[in-house]
Amino acid sequence: MWDHEIRAMASTHAIIAASVFMATVLPAVTIRGFSVYGTHLLWLYSVSGTVTAVSVAVFWLLGISPPTKKHTLGYKLSRLFRSCVYFFLSCLFFHTVVVLYGAPLIESALETFSLAVLLTSLTTLRCLCVLGPNVQAWIRVFSRHGAMSVWDTCLQITVACTVVGAWVGAFPIPLDWDRPWQVWPVSCSLGAMIGFLTGLVAAPAWIHYHRKQLTYKCK
Amino acid sequence: MKVRSSVFASFILIFEVFGIALFLRGFFPAPVKSSLSSKSQLSDLPAEPLLGSSPNSSRLPHPLFKRVVIMLVDALREDFVFGPSGRMFMPYTRHVVERGSSHSFVAKARPPTVTMPRIKALTTGSIPGFIDVVMNLNSPALLEDNLIWQAKVAGKKIVFYGDDTWVRLFPKHFMEYDGTTSFFVSDYTEVDNNVTRHLDSTLKRDDWDILILHYLGLDHIGHISGPHSSLIQPKLLEMDDILKKIHSALILKEAEGSLPYLLVLCGDHGMSETGSHGGSSEPEVNTPLVLISPAFKRKDSNIRNPEVVEQVDLTPTLALGLGLPISQNSVGHVIPGVLEEISLRDQLRFLHLNGHQLSCLLKDSIPNYEKEAGFEQFRVAEKAHGSWMKLYIEGNTSEVLTNMGKKVLKQYLEALTAMSSALSKQLGKYDMYSMIAGMVLVFQLLLLLLLAMPEALSSAAAVDLPVLSSLLSLPFYLLCLLLASLHVLVCTSAESSCYLCSLPWGLVFAAVAFSSTILCLLISMATRRLSPGPKIQGKSPLRTSSSEWSLSELDVLLLAGTIGHTLSLGASSFVEEEHQTWYFLLNTLCLAVFQDVCRKYFREKNGSREEEEQILPSKNCHASAHPKGEIYSEKWLALATPPFTLACCRLLRSLNQTGVQWAHLPDVGHWLNSSEHKMVLSLLAAFCLVLIYLLVQRRCSWVSKVALALGLLGVYSYRAAVDNVSFPWQQSGHTMSRGTVEARFVYVFVLGILFTGTKDLLRSQIITADAKLKSRGLWEIYSGLVLLVSLLFRAHNLPVLCGCLLIQTLMAQFIWKKLHYDSAQTTIMHYWFGQAFFYFQGNSNNIATVDISVGFIGLESYVEAPAIFLTALNTYAGPLLWACHLVCYLSSERDSPVAVGHGCYCLALLRSVPAAAYIVLVTVLRYHLFVWSVFSPKLLYESMHLLLTAGVCLFFNTMEQSHGSNKS
Repeated sequence: MWDHEIRAMASTHAIIAASVFMATVLPAVTIRGFSVYGTHLLWLYSVSGTVTAVSVAVFWLLGISPPTKKHTLGYKLSRLFRSCVYFFLSCLFFHTVVVLYGAPLIESALETFSLAVLLTSLTTLRCLCVLGPNVQAWIRVFSRHGAMSVWDTCLQITVACTVVGAWVGAFPIPLDWDRPWQVWPVSCSLGAMIGFLTGLVAAPAWIHYHRKQLTYKCK
Repeated sequence: MKVRSSVFASFILIFEVFGIALFLRGFFPAPVKSSLSSKSQLSDLPAEPLLGSSPNSSRLPHPLFKRVVIMLVDALREDFVFGPSGRMFMPYTRHVVERGSSHSFVAKARPPTVTMPRIKALTTGSIPGFIDVVMNLNSPALLEDNLIWQAKVAGKKIVFYGDDTWVRLFPKHFMEYDGTTSFFVSDYTEVDNNVTRHLDSTLKRDDWDILILHYLGLDHIGHISGPHSSLIQPKLLEMDDILKKIHSALILKEAEGSLPYLLVLCGDHGMSETGSHGGSSEPEVNTPLVLISPAFKRKDSNIRNPEVVEQVDLTPTLALGLGLPISQNSVGHVIPGVLEEISLRDQLRFLHLNGHQLSCLLKDSIPNYEKEAGFEQFRVAEKAHGSWMKLYIEGNTSEVLTNMGKKVLKQYLEALTAMSSALSKQLGKYDMYSMIAGMVLVFQLLLLLLLAMPEALSSAAAVDLPVLSSLLSLPFYLLCLLLASLHVLVCTSAESSCYLCSLPWGLVFAAVAFSSTILCLLISMATRRLSPGPKIQGKSPLRTSSSEWSLSELDVLLLAGTIGHTLSLGASSFVEEEHQTWYFLLNTLCLAVFQDVCRKYFREKNGSREEEEQILPSKNCHASAHPKGEIYSEKWLALATPPFTLACCRLLRSLNQTGVQWAHLPDVGHWLNSSEHKMVLSLLAAFCLVLIYLLVQRRCSWVSKVALALGLLGVYSYRAAVDNVSFPWQQSGHTMSRGTVEARFVYVFVLGILFTGTKDLLRSQIITADAKLKSRGLWEIYSGLVLLVSLLFRAHNLPVLCGCLLIQTLMAQFIWKKLHYDSAQTTIMHYWFGQAFFYFQGNSNNIATVDISVGFIGLESYVEAPAIFLTALNTYAGPLLWACHLVCYLSSERDSPVAVGHGCYCLALLRSVPAAAYIVLVTVLRYHLFVWSVFSPKLLYESMHLLLTAGVCLFFNTMEQSHGSNKS
């Protein structure tokens, strides 16, 4: 069951993971003085930009985004605009949550916001690609037993992994080891990144092993 | 025997408190203290031993030194002077050590190797334990008998320059002083220049007897860059120059005929390889001690290895050298090398004085002191001394006398060493037997608690304890015998004294019997649990409502958080920054609750309308006016509650910076407390008090409402009286009072409200079985507590109280009840909130954050019992308020009669798990670097919290009692 989808998913994830790898390695080769810890923000932007571009391209090529009812240019533009607004709102949302978790409000606002951008490009952007700017669908997917396709399950797994990764990434901050990766927001963004990559691997694997049990209600 | 789970839980908690107390007794060795409360006086000194009687024998020999200069270099490691770096960077000192008339030693410091306890050790001669630091919280000044005090009483003029810890420890003791703070660790030049700038003028003068210099720079360099940094070299050279300067000045001043000077160079503690200190590693413990005086013999050969002495040996040496009585609690013995050059009679006399003081201390601190070898030796030596004196007074000057004197001297020295080591053994040792006994007791109880979980959380909320059958079983008697024989074995074989062994036999046997009972109970319950009988209807520990064993995300979070927090206590940083853990968990909890709320109101709208319909009618029974509109407003309020709570917590978090790493960051509390923002603080306090009134008064009778309003008014006027806030009509320059009248005015209302509440409770219990009256009584007691806490909280902390009440009200109204959280979940949430609020108040796991000034509110002078009560109440206000709210909420809002029992059981479990885990961790980490600075204070906090939770559980108990009587 769903062998085709799983294969597509695995290759998509491989492409995205490879792009993350390239986004880390290429600047390290080309730009002098680039390092994940030292110029952390630069790495953050490079990774989130690449993930955004690659995800949008791959999902558009794959064509799993929900079928649009109208094909007018105006409608498409409005969808694009709505997506951008959602993207920005999601950044703000993540920023707020991170501040609520205790990030300094003013002092390192740029770092915090960069982390929010990374989290958004890892989670919200996928939702936008798969589900489109449709809040009802989002609520459905992220409530219990709400997945209606393999892609929904995959979305759930990757998003959960990313968020939990970022959450776990905050643990070592209070330790007094004075390591470069304990500086805000390095550990959290690394945690999110590692969580995301784990999710990319885990989602197809999990679906593959549970393909017998998976049943989806139709609309 | 069937007991209700609340009774069971409180029983377990109370005995856990005993177990922890036993553990603490073993972990913190009792300080060796003389029983006399006064200080040593010249007139108390013993007479020179003499067979027969002699008129003027109780005089002290002449002092050895006229002037003493003590140059204390913070964190001066032994190898900085005696090692290769000493040869390079401290050439003059090295020259004096090798060639000059000096004695040099390696002085061993005792952990905690931190400046303040070290200064105390150097001046009192005792070894301050951690518990001393706690006991002397309310007085920064050193009240114990000490060298400085003795010198002052004897009329010596003392001049001090250096670390201002000395100034705080010895206020008004110094003729002249200049304290420098060690606050800015990054500054290592200015702190020392501040000391040295006085040196030239002081050395020229003649009006002082003792000069103490405490240099901090080296310690700061150690903290910044470690013992091998390039900064060490110039600093050591600087110190060497200063020593040279002092020494040459002293040589210049020296006059013929008068007594010589003494220059002491010492370190308070060493420095580890990373540059820090506090622990017990070799480089931290070994400090140099160089005594320079013309009274000593000039050395001609350079000695390789300096002799090892205890740091506290300096105290009796200095005291005797200056002709002062040795302070009572001193455990050191005089350094014999210093006495070499004086007459034999005086030498013996000095040793006798020292021995007498040590034997007195020995008598007071060790129960069977007669058996100590040192004590015996001292008695023998004293007798021999007496007969020697007789011969000496008779004018015998033969060789025999000298030989005999040498023998007495040797006997004395042996006795002193033996007594001194017996005393310090008493001090620095963990009493492992008591610790293990306490630990075993706590773990037995915890296991019992865990094994009883299915029964305690069942719908009957009662635990079946087979006490009688286990008491009558054979294993019980066998265990009793085994444990008793084990006890005898341990006590007879142990070389050091343990607390358990000094207890009377009856008590020990009771403990043994109790422990074996618990063990038998455990075994019988475990067997019953393993063999599935039809009796057990226990379902999953959480979620008793759902029939299947499924955990929601929230349950996973609650369990993982509790376990994770317990595990995190093993790392010192996580103990220091424990508030971060709680804030983090609380935030996640709020987000999880938010998700639950969203799910309920957004998703179930489409899916299961029926369920909502089910809730509707029950709601409509109460308020049937506007069902539809009310539902909608309720929905939005419920949705807004978790974000509001999150925002609230974020604001409260920035109110007080606490912990260690980020404690220096500016926080709102400091901003509010600065004098420019007094107006803001006043407005904020007034607003908070009004809000507190509005939130609390809803459920009280009108009498209590009036009392509450007046009480809160009193709180404001108290704060105005002690000048924290101001009335709008007040001029700024008014006299500050202690506010005793206002505080007592508030106390009257607190007592009044508590009395009304208790009266209502009693009435509901005895006369009319009225649940409404009972709930009112409960809420009244709660509001009395709130009023008391609002008096005790500092003005800038009032928002914490306000936020606590606000969150409680909202959560109770919209979350806990509406989302059908069961009592276990509610209890865990209450516990987490309580912990977070403990830190919101500005507490930390450091003893220093305990606000002791609270103990004086409404009191004219320090009275121990109320001061301790008020301080404890203020410190634990957050957890206590949440626990009390839990009682009130569970017993008044829940229809289920067993909710209180479940809540009580969960609270007991939540408290005992970290406490039990923590004592194991502390035992394992007892030689950790930070055991005194980080782990021990936390241990005290944990035990205090356990004690308070036991109290709250008893309160739970009475509440459930009335429930039972209500039903019957």
